[in-house]
Amino acid sequence: MITVTLTHFLTLSAVLFALGLLCVLTKKNAVTVLMGVELILNAANINFIAFARYSDTDLDGQVFAVFVIVTAAAAVAVALAIVLNLYERLRTIDLDEADLLAG
Amino acid sequence: MTAFDFVFYVFAALTVASAVVMVFSRNVIYSAVGLLFTFFGVAGIYVLLAADFVAVVQVMIYVGGILILLLFGVMLSQRVTKVELRTGTLQLVPALLVVGSGLVVLLRVMYKTGWKEVPAAEFKATSATIGTLLMTDFLIPFEVVSILLLLALIGAAFIARKERKT
Amino acid sequence: MRELVSSVTSSQSFLSNLPEFVIALIFIAIAAVILTTVAAVLALIGVYLERKVSAHMQDRLGPMYVGGWHGWAQTLADAVKLLIKEDIVPRAADKKLHLLAPFLVFAATLAAFAVLPFGRQLIVSDLNVGVLYVIAISSLVVVGIILAGWASNNKWSLLGAMRSAAQIVSFEIPASLAVLVVIMAVGSMNLGEIVLYQEGGIHKWLVWKFFPFNLIAFLIFFVASLAEVNRAPFDIPEAESEIIAGFHTEYSGMKFAMFFLAEYANMFLVGAVGATLFLGGWSSPFGDFMNSGPFQVFWLFAKAFALIFVQMWLRWTLPRVRVDQLMYTSWKVLTPFAFLAMVGVGIYMII
Repeated sequence: MITVTLTHFLTLSAVLFALGLLCVLTKKNAVTVLMGVELILNAANINFIAFARYSDTDLDGQVFAVFVIVTAAAAVAVALAIVLNLYERLRTIDLDEADLLAG
Repeated sequence: MTAFDFVFYVFAALTVASAVVMVFSRNVIYSAVGLLFTFFGVAGIYVLLAADFVAVVQVMIYVGGILILLLFGVMLSQRVTKVELRTGTLQLVPALLVVGSGLVVLLRVMYKTGWKEVPAAEFKATSATIGTLLMTDFLIPFEVVSILLLLALIGAAFIARKERKT
Repeated sequence: MRELVSSVTSSQSFLSNLPEFVIALIFIAIAAVILTTVAAVLALIGVYLERKVSAHMQDRLGPMYVGGWHGWAQTLADAVKLLIKEDIVPRAADKKLHLLAPFLVFAATLAAFAVLPFGRQLIVSDLNVGVLYVIAISSLVVVGIILAGWASNNKWSLLGAMRSAAQIVSFEIPASLAVLVVIMAVGSMNLGEIVLYQEGGIHKWLVWKFFPFNLIAFLIFFVASLAEVNRAPFDIPEAESEIIAGFHTEYSGMKFAMFFLAEYANMFLVGAVGATLFLGGWSSPFGDFMNSGPFQVFWLFAKAFALIFVQMWLRWTLPRVRVDQLMYTSWKVLTPFAFLAMVGVGIYMII
């Protein structure tokens, strides 16, 4: 139990995923929701790299992790542009107030 | 308890504690600082897993790019005269139930599966291997991600521009 | 450093009885203390040097009084003064962030010292991705500056912090591209190997290698790193005549001392990294002449201080650029020339 094996890394990744999901589900501030999404992506990355280390593949997991990091950067850039646009229109970034399309 | 185990527990504690601060703090800037330390903890875990190149890329892009973007986003979208940026939490209990059950399922799957573990090979530099893989096996995803970045760049710059009143 | 650790532990029986991670922690602690001392002393020397160089360029003498001969103890007196000053925090400022920000900035600068090769075996951590690590850790400085500007609860501090963040982030791109040119030429990101590649005399230095592209890369790296340490002519964030003191307006006492030390340690770091990548690091320019032991440390410091002298020279000669001129310089001048240098070196290497 003390010696660290693959399951320890997977547990860490699962805990981080749960915390990120909690952040996405419960926060009002749009930027905080984005931070939760980043946490989820990081948890998935830990999984990729742990499997790359403890299996027989040839560092495929690490290349995937690089792609995930790059895609996360692109996602945050566009999402923040949208959040700023939201702020211009509604003068708030409270997600509860953004209900113009609601029925 | 070798050095490997000790360092893993230290970095895991740092990461989880910072993530908890990030999720449960009421001040958005404190959440951002928690996220900063989470990124560093995760980079430390990557180094433990013999992924030195990915760890440095993680620090460079996440801390040096995404976190700064998030901080700018927070600061540009609040009234600057207010000092505290309180944010509330909605419906904490149902969310905790959903997330808790998800976590239980995940952990059960992880512990039940018999992972075919290969004993960890000795550490060697990964940059050359990653570069070769990017140019041979993963060439198409590499090109697609480059185009994606270009689109994100143009799109973000276009969306965030102020409308000109002509 | 790993050989040093294993040789010491095998020679001392007391040490080899301890569990492995305790030994590692002890050596890490010793290395950290030595590095912090070196960084702090270098920063103090840098402050004194700045006052003397600026004074002589302005045809005056500078500090002459404290400590007897040419006022060498002036910096010590300044340091003592800063340490015993009262620590004022504005009432509406965020106390925890106000405390955290200077330490983040100093920690980032200090962490990059760990990969500098001071000699053939004198590296604290011989990383295989050393160069990339230095670039990555320098981005932590930006976060510290933004937090400092925000935590001061002062419009001008926030403005200065935002400008500084935009400036550092914009100039990271030409600097990284210039460093990429070096990596292409050597084939490795390991700082120790880059110096070994240039060993053997001044004709093997990387700055002359694929003429003129590496020279362009060196100039771009130098100018971009001037902007990264917020030095004139790019010092809008801390311009004394424009924005009071920018992001460290509301800081006093020990925290201001941290910012101050971090700036001068950063100057030395940038000079040392430039010397390692382009000017041959610790290797002597005379080939084998003065190439052993303490001479290596001497050569690294000499080259780094030569670059620091040029930095100070530029500060006291050139006027400050405007913010739009700064962005123009980074995106429309330095980045295209950096790309040109990279493509040029690539073609040179193939043909």
